[in-house]
Amino acid sequence: MGLDFSVVPAFAGALFSGALWTIAITLSAAVLSFFGGIVFAVIALYAPLVIRYPFRLFAWLFMGTPLLLQLFLIYFGLIQIGIDLPAFVAGVIGLGLHFAVYNSDIIQAGILAVDKGQYEGARTLGLSRIQTLRKVVVPQAVRSVVPPIGNNMIALLKDSALVSVIGVAELTLSSQMAISRTFRPFEFYVAAAACYYVINLGLEAGLRRIERRIQLAR
Amino acid sequence: MLRVFPFFLQAAWVTIQLSVLSCAMGLVCGALGAAARLSRSPALRFTGATYVSVIRGTPALIQVFILYFGGPQIGIQLEAFEAGVLALGFNIGAYMTETMRGAIISVDRGQNEAARTLGLSRFETFRSVILPQALRLMIRPLGVNINALIKGTALVAAISVVELTYTAQRYIGSTYKPFEMFLLAGSIYMVIIYVTGLGVSWLDRRVALK
Repeated sequence: MGLDFSVVPAFAGALFSGALWTIAITLSAAVLSFFGGIVFAVIALYAPLVIRYPFRLFAWLFMGTPLLLQLFLIYFGLIQIGIDLPAFVAGVIGLGLHFAVYNSDIIQAGILAVDKGQYEGARTLGLSRIQTLRKVVVPQAVRSVVPPIGNNMIALLKDSALVSVIGVAELTLSSQMAISRTFRPFEFYVAAAACYYVINLGLEAGLRRIERRIQLAR
Repeated sequence: MLRVFPFFLQAAWVTIQLSVLSCAMGLVCGALGAAARLSRSPALRFTGATYVSVIRGTPALIQVFILYFGGPQIGIQLEAFEAGVLALGFNIGAYMTETMRGAIISVDRGQNEAARTLGLSRFETFRSVILPQALRLMIRPLGVNINALIKGTALVAAISVVELTYTAQRYIGSTYKPFEMFLLAGSIYMVIIYVTGLGVSWLDRRVALK
Protein backbone atom coordinates (compact mmCIF):
# COMPACT_ATOMS: atom_id res chain seq x y z
CA MET A 1 0.00 0.00 0.00
CA GLY A 2 1.73 3.16 -1.21
CA LEU A 3 1.18 6.67 -0.02
CA ASP A 4 -1.64 8.76 -1.42
CA PHE A 5 -2.03 12.22 0.06
CA SER A 6 -4.98 13.00 -2.23
CA VAL A 7 -7.29 11.45 0.39
CA VAL A 8 -6.49 14.26 2.84
CA PRO A 9 -8.37 17.23 1.30
CA ALA A 10 -11.73 15.45 1.65
CA PHE A 11 -11.26 15.63 5.42
CA ALA A 12 -9.87 19.16 5.49
CA GLY A 13 -13.00 20.44 7.23
CA ALA A 14 -12.74 17.85 10.02
CA LEU A 15 -9.04 18.57 10.49
CA PHE A 16 -9.72 22.29 10.54
CA SER A 17 -12.33 21.99 13.27
CA GLY A 18 -9.92 19.69 15.13
CA ALA A 19 -7.26 22.38 14.84
CA LEU A 20 -9.70 24.96 16.25
CA TRP A 21 -10.35 22.68 19.23
CA THR A 22 -6.61 22.25 19.72
CA ILE A 23 -6.20 26.03 19.74
CA ALA A 24 -9.16 26.45 22.12
CA ILE A 25 -7.88 23.86 24.56
CA THR A 26 -4.33 25.22 24.40
CA LEU A 27 -5.42 28.80 25.04
CA SER A 28 -7.79 27.88 27.89
CA ALA A 29 -5.17 25.70 29.53
CA ALA A 30 -2.52 28.39 28.96
CA VAL A 31 -4.62 31.01 30.76
CA LEU A 32 -5.36 28.58 33.61
CA SER A 33 -1.70 27.60 33.89
CA PHE A 34 -0.53 31.22 33.89
CA PHE A 35 -2.81 32.46 36.66
CA GLY A 36 -2.63 29.11 38.44
CA GLY A 37 1.16 29.40 38.29
CA ILE A 38 1.04 32.83 39.96
CA VAL A 39 -1.29 31.58 42.70
CA PHE A 40 0.83 28.45 43.24
CA ALA A 41 4.01 30.51 43.38
CA VAL A 42 2.56 32.81 46.04
CA ILE A 43 1.30 29.81 48.03
CA ALA A 44 4.65 28.03 47.79
CA LEU A 45 6.50 31.12 49.01
CA TYR A 46 4.21 32.91 51.43
CA ALA A 47 1.38 30.65 52.67
CA PRO A 48 1.40 29.40 56.29
CA LEU A 49 3.38 26.21 56.92
CA VAL A 50 0.31 23.96 57.11
CA ILE A 51 -0.64 24.96 53.57
CA ARG A 52 2.84 25.40 52.15
CA TYR A 53 4.19 21.94 52.87
CA PRO A 54 1.26 19.86 51.63
CA PHE A 55 1.23 22.12 48.59
CA ARG A 56 4.89 21.50 47.87
CA LEU A 57 4.22 17.78 48.08
CA PHE A 58 1.38 18.15 45.59
CA ALA A 59 3.61 20.17 43.26
CA TRP A 60 6.39 17.61 43.55
CA LEU A 61 3.94 14.83 42.70
CA PHE A 62 2.66 16.69 39.65
CA MET A 63 6.15 17.41 38.36
CA GLY A 64 7.39 13.87 38.85
CA THR A 65 4.62 11.96 37.12
CA PRO A 66 3.58 11.84 33.45
CA LEU A 67 0.87 14.17 32.22
CA LEU A 68 -0.93 11.24 30.58
CA LEU A 69 -1.26 9.52 33.96
CA GLN A 70 -2.67 12.73 35.46
CA LEU A 71 -5.21 13.02 32.66
CA PHE A 72 -6.35 9.45 33.27
CA LEU A 73 -6.69 10.24 36.98
CA ILE A 74 -8.71 13.40 36.39
CA TYR A 75 -10.97 11.98 33.70
CA PHE A 76 -11.46 8.30 34.58
CA GLY A 77 -10.61 8.61 38.26
CA LEU A 78 -12.91 11.46 39.25
CA ILE A 79 -15.91 9.74 37.61
CA GLN A 80 -15.47 6.89 40.07
CA ILE A 81 -15.81 9.21 43.04
CA GLY A 82 -18.85 10.87 41.46
CA ILE A 83 -17.31 13.89 39.74
CA ASP A 84 -18.23 13.60 36.08
CA LEU A 85 -16.34 16.23 34.09
CA PRO A 86 -16.85 16.68 30.34
CA ALA A 87 -13.72 15.52 28.50
CA PHE A 88 -12.87 19.06 27.35
CA VAL A 89 -13.05 20.43 30.91
CA ALA A 90 -11.04 17.51 32.28
CA GLY A 91 -8.43 18.09 29.56
CA VAL A 92 -8.16 21.82 30.28
CA ILE A 93 -7.91 21.22 34.04
CA GLY A 94 -5.30 18.47 33.58
CA LEU A 95 -3.13 20.42 31.15
CA GLY A 96 -3.67 23.68 33.04
CA LEU A 97 -2.72 22.27 36.46
CA HIS A 98 0.26 20.36 35.10
CA PHE A 99 1.75 23.44 33.46
CA ALA A 100 0.69 25.70 36.36
CA VAL A 101 3.05 23.69 38.54
CA TYR A 102 5.88 24.15 36.03
CA ASN A 103 5.08 27.87 35.64
CA SER A 104 4.94 28.28 39.41
CA ASP A 105 8.54 27.08 39.65
CA ILE A 106 9.63 29.76 37.18
CA ILE A 107 7.49 32.50 38.76
CA GLN A 108 8.85 31.70 42.22
CA ALA A 109 12.34 32.34 40.91
CA GLY A 110 11.05 35.57 39.34
CA ILE A 111 9.47 36.74 42.60
CA LEU A 112 12.65 36.03 44.54
CA ALA A 113 14.61 37.98 41.95
CA VAL A 114 12.55 41.15 42.47
CA ASP A 115 14.61 43.61 44.49
CA LYS A 116 13.79 43.36 48.22
CA GLY A 117 13.66 47.15 48.39
CA GLN A 118 10.51 47.07 46.26
CA TYR A 119 8.74 44.96 48.86
CA GLU A 120 10.02 47.01 51.76
CA GLY A 121 9.22 50.29 50.02
CA ALA A 122 5.65 49.22 49.30
CA ARG A 123 5.12 48.03 52.88
CA THR A 124 6.53 51.31 54.20
CA LEU A 125 4.09 53.23 52.01
CA GLY A 126 1.31 51.45 53.88
CA LEU A 127 0.31 48.71 51.42
CA SER A 128 -0.78 45.45 53.01
CA ARG A 129 1.17 42.23 52.32
CA ILE A 130 -1.36 41.08 49.76
CA GLN A 131 -1.52 44.47 48.04
CA THR A 132 2.26 44.56 47.90
CA LEU A 133 2.39 41.15 46.25
CA ARG A 134 -0.47 41.86 43.89
CA LYS A 135 0.46 45.38 42.75
CA VAL A 136 4.21 45.60 43.17
CA VAL A 137 6.05 42.29 43.35
CA VAL A 138 4.09 39.94 41.09
CA PRO A 139 3.77 42.34 38.12
CA GLN A 140 7.55 42.86 38.08
CA ALA A 141 8.24 39.16 38.58
CA VAL A 142 5.95 38.10 35.75
CA ARG A 143 7.66 40.39 33.24
CA SER A 144 11.05 38.86 33.82
CA VAL A 145 9.77 35.30 33.38
CA VAL A 146 7.81 35.65 30.14
CA PRO A 147 10.38 33.89 27.90
CA PRO A 148 10.61 30.64 29.95
CA ILE A 149 6.84 30.62 30.43
CA GLY A 150 6.53 30.99 26.66
CA ASN A 151 8.59 27.81 26.27
CA ASN A 152 6.16 26.05 28.59
CA MET A 153 3.25 27.24 26.44
CA ILE A 154 4.87 25.72 23.36
CA ALA A 155 5.24 22.45 25.27
CA LEU A 156 1.59 22.78 26.30
CA LEU A 157 0.46 23.07 22.68
CA LYS A 158 2.22 19.83 21.82
CA ASP A 159 1.02 18.04 24.94
CA SER A 160 -2.55 19.02 24.11
CA ALA A 161 -2.38 16.03 21.71
CA LEU A 162 -2.62 13.83 24.81
CA VAL A 163 -6.21 14.83 25.51
CA SER A 164 -7.19 12.83 22.43
CA VAL A 165 -6.91 9.72 24.62
CA ILE A 166 -9.72 10.95 26.87
CA GLY A 167 -11.88 11.67 23.83
CA VAL A 168 -11.61 15.39 23.09
CA ALA A 169 -12.09 15.73 19.32
CA GLU A 170 -9.04 17.92 18.79
CA LEU A 171 -6.55 17.63 15.95
CA THR A 172 -5.13 14.23 16.91
CA LEU A 173 -8.49 12.59 17.49
CA SER A 174 -10.02 14.09 14.34
CA SER A 175 -7.16 12.70 12.29
CA GLN A 176 -7.77 9.33 13.95
CA MET A 177 -11.43 9.52 12.95
CA ALA A 178 -10.40 10.20 9.36
CA ILE A 179 -7.98 7.25 9.56
CA SER A 180 -10.67 4.89 10.78
CA ARG A 181 -12.65 5.69 7.64
CA THR A 182 -9.81 5.66 5.10
CA PHE A 183 -7.24 3.29 6.69
CA ARG A 184 -4.49 5.74 5.79
CA PRO A 185 -2.69 6.50 9.07
CA PHE A 186 0.55 7.80 7.57
CA GLU A 187 -1.08 10.50 5.44
CA PHE A 188 -3.39 11.79 8.16
CA TYR A 189 -0.88 11.77 10.99
CA VAL A 190 1.58 13.64 8.78
CA ALA A 191 -1.20 16.11 7.92
CA ALA A 192 -1.96 16.53 11.64
CA ALA A 193 1.75 17.03 12.36
CA ALA A 194 1.86 19.73 9.67
CA CYS A 195 -1.12 21.49 11.29
CA TYR A 196 0.58 21.39 14.70
CA TYR A 197 3.72 22.78 13.14
CA VAL A 198 1.83 25.71 11.63
CA ILE A 199 -0.03 26.43 14.90
CA ASN A 200 3.32 26.25 16.66
CA LEU A 201 4.82 28.83 14.29
CA GLY A 202 1.86 31.11 14.99
CA LEU A 203 2.25 30.65 18.75
CA GLU A 204 5.98 31.38 18.57
CA ALA A 205 5.33 34.57 16.59
CA GLY A 206 2.71 35.63 19.15
CA LEU A 207 5.09 34.99 22.03
CA ARG A 208 7.83 37.00 20.34
CA ARG A 209 5.46 39.94 20.01
CA ILE A 210 4.53 39.76 23.69
CA GLU A 211 8.21 39.59 24.64
CA ARG A 212 8.98 42.65 22.51
CA ARG A 213 6.14 44.65 24.04
CA ILE A 214 7.29 43.79 27.52
CA GLN A 215 10.85 44.78 26.63
CA LEU A 216 9.54 48.15 25.48
CA ALA A 217 7.49 48.64 28.61
CA ARG A 218 10.47 48.09 30.85
CA MET B 1 -3.29 -2.90 46.38
CA LEU B 2 -0.95 -5.76 47.34
CA ARG B 3 -2.58 -7.96 44.72
CA VAL B 4 -1.81 -5.55 41.86
CA PHE B 5 1.67 -4.61 43.06
CA PRO B 6 3.54 -7.35 41.11
CA PHE B 7 1.90 -6.19 37.89
CA PHE B 8 3.05 -2.64 38.57
CA LEU B 9 6.59 -3.85 39.17
CA GLN B 10 6.56 -5.74 35.88
CA ALA B 11 5.26 -2.62 34.15
CA ALA B 12 7.94 -0.53 35.86
CA TRP B 13 10.57 -2.82 34.35
CA VAL B 14 9.10 -2.14 30.89
CA THR B 15 9.18 1.62 31.60
CA ILE B 16 12.83 1.34 32.66
CA GLN B 17 13.73 -0.60 29.51
CA LEU B 18 11.91 1.96 27.36
CA SER B 19 13.73 4.80 29.13
CA VAL B 20 17.21 3.29 28.91
CA LEU B 21 16.94 2.22 25.27
CA SER B 22 15.38 5.45 24.03
CA CYS B 23 17.86 7.47 26.09
CA ALA B 24 20.75 5.65 24.41
CA MET B 25 19.21 6.30 21.03
CA GLY B 26 18.51 9.91 21.95
CA LEU B 27 22.15 10.47 22.91
CA VAL B 28 23.29 9.09 19.56
CA CYS B 29 20.75 11.21 17.64
CA GLY B 30 21.69 14.21 19.76
CA ALA B 31 25.41 13.82 19.09
CA LEU B 32 24.81 13.37 15.36
CA GLY B 33 22.36 16.27 15.32
CA ALA B 34 24.73 18.58 17.16
CA ALA B 35 27.59 17.56 14.86
CA ALA B 36 25.41 18.29 11.83
CA ARG B 37 24.26 21.65 13.19
CA LEU B 38 27.85 22.73 13.89
CA SER B 39 29.39 21.35 10.71
CA ARG B 40 30.89 23.38 7.90
CA SER B 41 28.61 21.90 5.27
CA PRO B 42 25.45 23.99 4.67
CA ALA B 43 23.54 20.84 3.65
CA LEU B 44 24.32 19.13 6.95
CA ARG B 45 23.50 22.28 8.90
CA PHE B 46 20.17 22.52 7.11
CA THR B 47 19.41 18.83 7.78
CA GLY B 48 20.21 19.24 11.46
CA ALA B 49 18.14 22.40 11.80
CA THR B 50 15.18 20.78 10.02
CA TYR B 51 15.37 17.71 12.27
CA VAL B 52 15.27 19.87 15.39
CA SER B 53 12.56 22.18 14.13
CA VAL B 54 10.20 19.49 12.83
CA ILE B 55 10.57 17.17 15.83
CA ARG B 56 10.30 19.94 18.39
CA GLY B 57 7.45 21.60 16.49
CA THR B 58 5.12 18.58 16.49
CA PRO B 59 3.69 16.46 19.33
CA ALA B 60 5.64 13.37 20.38
CA LEU B 61 2.38 11.41 20.42
CA ILE B 62 1.87 12.10 16.70
CA GLN B 63 5.45 10.99 16.00
CA VAL B 64 4.80 7.71 17.83
CA PHE B 65 1.60 7.21 15.81
CA ILE B 66 3.28 8.00 12.48
CA LEU B 67 5.93 5.37 13.11
CA TYR B 68 3.69 2.69 14.59
CA PHE B 69 0.51 3.04 12.54
CA GLY B 70 1.93 4.76 9.45
CA GLY B 71 5.17 2.74 9.29
CA PRO B 72 3.65 -0.34 7.63
CA GLN B 73 2.53 1.85 4.68
CA ILE B 74 6.14 2.70 3.89
CA GLY B 75 7.42 -0.80 4.63
CA ILE B 76 8.40 -0.38 8.30
CA GLN B 77 6.64 -3.04 10.36
CA LEU B 78 7.49 -2.76 14.06
CA GLU B 79 6.30 -4.17 17.35
CA ALA B 80 4.72 -1.55 19.61
CA PHE B 81 7.69 -1.63 22.01
CA GLU B 82 10.23 -1.18 19.19
CA ALA B 83 8.24 1.62 17.61
CA GLY B 84 7.99 3.27 21.03
CA VAL B 85 11.75 3.13 21.63
CA LEU B 86 12.58 4.43 18.14
CA ALA B 87 10.03 7.27 18.20
CA LEU B 88 10.86 8.37 21.76
CA GLY B 89 14.61 8.18 21.08
CA PHE B 90 14.35 10.11 17.83
CA ASN B 91 12.15 12.68 19.60
CA ILE B 92 14.36 13.28 22.63
CA GLY B 93 17.36 13.31 20.29
CA ALA B 94 16.15 16.62 18.86
CA TYR B 95 16.05 18.17 22.33
CA MET B 96 19.45 16.66 23.15
CA THR B 97 20.84 18.09 19.90
CA GLU B 98 20.07 21.56 21.18
CA THR B 99 21.42 20.80 24.65
CA MET B 100 24.70 19.49 23.24
CA ARG B 101 25.03 22.27 20.71
CA GLY B 102 24.36 24.85 23.41
CA ALA B 103 27.06 23.36 25.63
CA ILE B 104 29.59 23.20 22.80
CA ILE B 105 29.09 26.76 21.64
CA SER B 106 29.23 28.12 25.17
CA VAL B 107 32.82 26.97 25.56
CA ASP B 108 34.87 30.15 25.33
CA ARG B 109 36.00 30.95 21.77
CA GLY B 110 39.50 31.71 22.94
CA GLN B 111 39.95 28.03 23.76
CA ASN B 112 39.38 27.11 20.14
CA GLU B 113 41.62 29.87 18.83
CA ALA B 114 44.43 29.08 21.26
CA ALA B 115 44.35 25.36 20.48
CA ARG B 116 44.41 26.01 16.73
CA THR B 117 47.28 28.46 17.15
CA LEU B 118 49.20 25.79 19.06
CA GLY B 119 48.98 23.65 15.94
CA LEU B 120 46.17 21.24 16.83
CA SER B 121 43.95 20.23 13.93
CA ARG B 122 40.25 21.12 13.93
CA PHE B 123 39.37 17.58 15.01
CA GLU B 124 42.06 17.40 17.70
CA THR B 125 40.97 20.76 19.05
CA PHE B 126 37.42 19.56 19.30
CA ARG B 127 38.29 16.20 20.84
CA SER B 128 40.88 17.24 23.40
CA VAL B 129 40.00 20.86 24.17
CA ILE B 130 36.38 21.73 23.42
CA LEU B 131 34.57 18.45 24.11
CA PRO B 132 35.92 17.82 27.63
CA GLN B 133 34.81 21.30 28.67
CA ALA B 134 31.47 21.01 26.89
CA LEU B 135 30.73 17.64 28.55
CA ARG B 136 30.83 19.32 31.95
CA LEU B 137 28.32 21.91 30.79
CA MET B 138 25.93 19.43 29.20
CA ILE B 139 25.45 16.84 31.91
CA ARG B 140 22.88 18.72 34.01
CA PRO B 141 20.76 19.91 31.08
CA LEU B 142 20.90 16.41 29.58
CA GLY B 143 19.62 15.21 32.94
CA VAL B 144 16.61 17.50 32.47
CA ASN B 145 16.05 15.98 29.01
CA ILE B 146 16.25 12.47 30.48
CA ASN B 147 13.79 13.40 33.20
CA ALA B 148 11.34 14.55 30.52
CA LEU B 149 12.00 11.38 28.55
CA ILE B 150 11.14 9.11 31.49
CA LYS B 151 7.80 10.85 31.91
CA GLY B 152 7.39 10.86 28.13
CA THR B 153 7.56 7.05 28.01
CA ALA B 154 3.96 7.17 29.26
CA LEU B 155 2.96 8.11 25.69
CA VAL B 156 3.47 4.59 24.41
CA ALA B 157 0.53 3.52 26.57
CA ALA B 158 -1.45 4.91 23.62
CA ILE B 159 -0.01 2.19 21.36
CA SER B 160 -0.75 -0.44 24.03
CA VAL B 161 2.74 -1.05 25.37
CA VAL B 162 2.06 -2.50 28.81
CA GLU B 163 4.16 -0.03 30.79
CA LEU B 164 3.32 1.82 34.01
CA THR B 165 0.74 4.28 32.73
CA TYR B 166 -1.07 1.63 30.68
CA THR B 167 -1.13 -0.66 33.73
CA ALA B 168 -2.38 2.13 35.99
CA GLN B 169 -5.12 2.97 33.52
CA ARG B 170 -6.17 -0.67 33.31
CA TYR B 171 -6.40 -1.03 37.08
CA ILE B 172 -8.11 2.34 37.50
CA GLY B 173 -10.79 0.84 35.27
CA SER B 174 -11.05 -2.52 37.04
CA THR B 175 -10.47 -1.77 40.73
CA TYR B 176 -12.48 1.45 41.14
CA LYS B 177 -9.59 2.82 43.19
CA PRO B 178 -8.28 5.62 40.96
CA PHE B 179 -6.24 7.49 43.56
CA GLU B 180 -4.50 4.44 44.95
CA MET B 181 -3.53 3.31 41.44
CA PHE B 182 -2.35 6.81 40.56
CA LEU B 183 -0.27 7.05 43.72
CA LEU B 184 1.21 3.60 43.14
CA ALA B 185 2.22 4.29 39.53
CA GLY B 186 3.19 7.87 40.40
CA SER B 187 5.48 6.83 43.22
CA ILE B 188 7.22 4.28 41.01
CA TYR B 189 7.86 7.03 38.44
CA MET B 190 9.20 9.25 41.22
CA VAL B 191 11.58 6.52 42.37
CA ILE B 192 12.87 5.99 38.82
CA ILE B 193 13.31 9.74 38.30
CA TYR B 194 14.91 10.20 41.73
CA VAL B 195 17.46 7.44 41.15
CA THR B 196 18.23 8.80 37.68
CA GLY B 197 18.71 12.24 39.22
CA LEU B 198 21.19 10.81 41.73
CA GLY B 199 23.09 9.20 38.85
CA VAL B 200 23.20 12.50 36.96
CA SER B 201 24.49 14.42 40.00
CA TRP B 202 27.11 11.73 40.60
CA LEU B 203 28.28 12.00 37.00
CA ASP B 204 28.25 15.78 37.24
CA ARG B 205 30.44 15.70 40.35
CA ARG B 206 32.84 13.23 38.75
CA VAL B 207 33.57 15.42 35.75
CA ALA B 208 33.55 18.68 37.73
CA LEU B 209 36.77 20.65 37.92
CA LYS B 210 38.80 19.42 40.84
